[in-house]
Amino acid sequence: MGRIQLKQVTKSFGDVQVIPPLDLTIEDGEFTVFVGPSGCGKSTLLRLIAGLEDISSGSIDIDGADATNVPPAKRGLAMVFQSYALYPHMTVRKNIAFPLRMAKLDQAEIDKRVNGAASVLNLTDYLDRRPGQLSGGQRQRVAIGRAIVREPAAFLFDEPLSNLDAALRVGMRLEISELHKRLATTMIYVTHDQVEAMTMADKIVVLHAGVIEQVGSPLELYQRPRNTFVAGFIGSPKMNLITGSEATKHDATTIGIRPEHIDISETDGTWKGTIGVSEHLGSDTFFHVLCDASSEPLTVRASGERDLKYGTEVYLTPRLENLHRFDQQGLRIE
Amino acid sequence: MARAVTTQRKAINTTLAWAIGLLIFFPILWTILTSFKTEAQAIANPPIFIGFDWTLENYSIVQERSNYMRFLWNSVIIAGGSTILGIIIAVPAAWSMAFVPSKRTKDILLWMLSTKMLPAVGVLYPIYLLFIQLGLLDSRIGLVIVMMLINLPIIVWMLYTYFREIPGEILEAARMDGASLREELLYVLTPMAIPGIASTILLNFILAWNEAFWTLNLTAVDAAPLTAFIASYSSPEGLFFAKLSAASTMAIAPILILGWFSQKQLVRGLTFGAVK
Repeated sequence: MGRIQLKQVTKSFGDVQVIPPLDLTIEDGEFTVFVGPSGCGKSTLLRLIAGLEDISSGSIDIDGADATNVPPAKRGLAMVFQSYALYPHMTVRKNIAFPLRMAKLDQAEIDKRVNGAASVLNLTDYLDRRPGQLSGGQRQRVAIGRAIVREPAAFLFDEPLSNLDAALRVGMRLEISELHKRLATTMIYVTHDQVEAMTMADKIVVLHAGVIEQVGSPLELYQRPRNTFVAGFIGSPKMNLITGSEATKHDATTIGIRPEHIDISETDGTWKGTIGVSEHLGSDTFFHVLCDASSEPLTVRASGERDLKYGTEVYLTPRLENLHRFDQQGLRIE
Repeated sequence: MARAVTTQRKAINTTLAWAIGLLIFFPILWTILTSFKTEAQAIANPPIFIGFDWTLENYSIVQERSNYMRFLWNSVIIAGGSTILGIIIAVPAAWSMAFVPSKRTKDILLWMLSTKMLPAVGVLYPIYLLFIQLGLLDSRIGLVIVMMLINLPIIVWMLYTYFREIPGEILEAARMDGASLREELLYVLTPMAIPGIASTILLNFILAWNEAFWTLNLTAVDAAPLTAFIASYSSPEGLFFAKLSAASTMAIAPILILGWFSQKQLVRGLTFGAVK
């Protein structure tokens, strides 16, 4: 079981408050992703849950018990670090067995669990190697193996994929998702990559300057961003945010429209513009359109391959049912 | 692309390296050679390099006149004792500075190092008086404490630099894996830091062994180490070069042998942090 509850948690480093009072509940078995730009406090929040940093005020409950002053070793959580943090002087087998040795399990049980984890993670052939003799992906697996053998209340992942190359990252992303489906254990995953957040999470927590901007399922966040920050952060390419007279027409300070919710035409439409840079991905084409309606170029997605030359005059029509409206404070208007 | 090194170039480099090595080693070699000469041959002009009557006479005279083993034993106790004591104090200090630094850590490190810039003779008088008051004059324990204090900044600095290279995340991983502080130090940090601790011990032992200012000034008979043993041969009785050389050879032999066998470890320890 791994229900984690943060109540009025704050964190200050010296005079600087990096996390203002924050409440958050992570349900048992949930895959929660903390996402935000670098320096938003997401890693700090994870380290507070882990117990590697002390909270300045508030409390943390794990499974209904107050864990605020419990040392990390006793919280029953396992962590996978960005740098993997494997023990370089131990073989893979000893690395994975380390938490079990610390828990004083008997040798037969240790062997059984280590072999089990190794076969799940395809590490059986590497058990007698040292971390230095492994590739990045294999090291990552060892780090995950070290976490799963303990059968922890929750897994904490601190940007575990950012040291891997792009192809490997996609593969490991799937492996971690599968692991979650199989174990059904609470997982908290920190990343700055909103694609990772969207694809893996049951619940996304968007953080900005230590403050939770929104909590919700990936699609909730995508379809109903609570404010302009979330609107701009979730989704790739980014949502177009337009201020000024176009927004006023819709009784808002800012309006937002996603690239796939704008129709592009060479004959007629709401906004007139000229094609700037275009990006051809095969499956989609993204146009950056310079337009009087917006000071910034608008990004427009066209399905499949569309060939519109640089400088072509086009007309854009936003689909009004997909228009997001935000007030002066940047908050969503329903 | 690797730079092509021709055989000829290699030969020149090797010769040059040997020449420089011999030049540096020459005083020691000359001392050893002189220790096998008679007193007359030792001061002969022009000097005799190899073709003299090899004799062990000096060694037996030195042995007769003074108890080499006692000096050696004192050296071992002073150098070894101060090193062990220093490590016991410096390891926790360096640990906390490397892994739980405060905003004053850098200042403390520099301040510690600054004490090494103080001329030792400047504090000789107060320390001498303290030693008299505490009855530590000419005692091994007094020397162990003074030598430890003198080398402590270097030990802390070396260990600190070494520990700094160990990523903190690995220690945090151990904590997350359920290791207590004791287990974290025992199973994770110490095995990773052993090469650093070893070279620190080695260097410090050599520094303490060779230190002559404090050992000469604070000892007389009972606690006198090998430095005092050598010094006693440049005595007012006259210049006995051959015997002085024999004494010197006997005094430097243990540390020379130790250094020879541990040179790899020493070089690694001294250049650590500079080369990655």
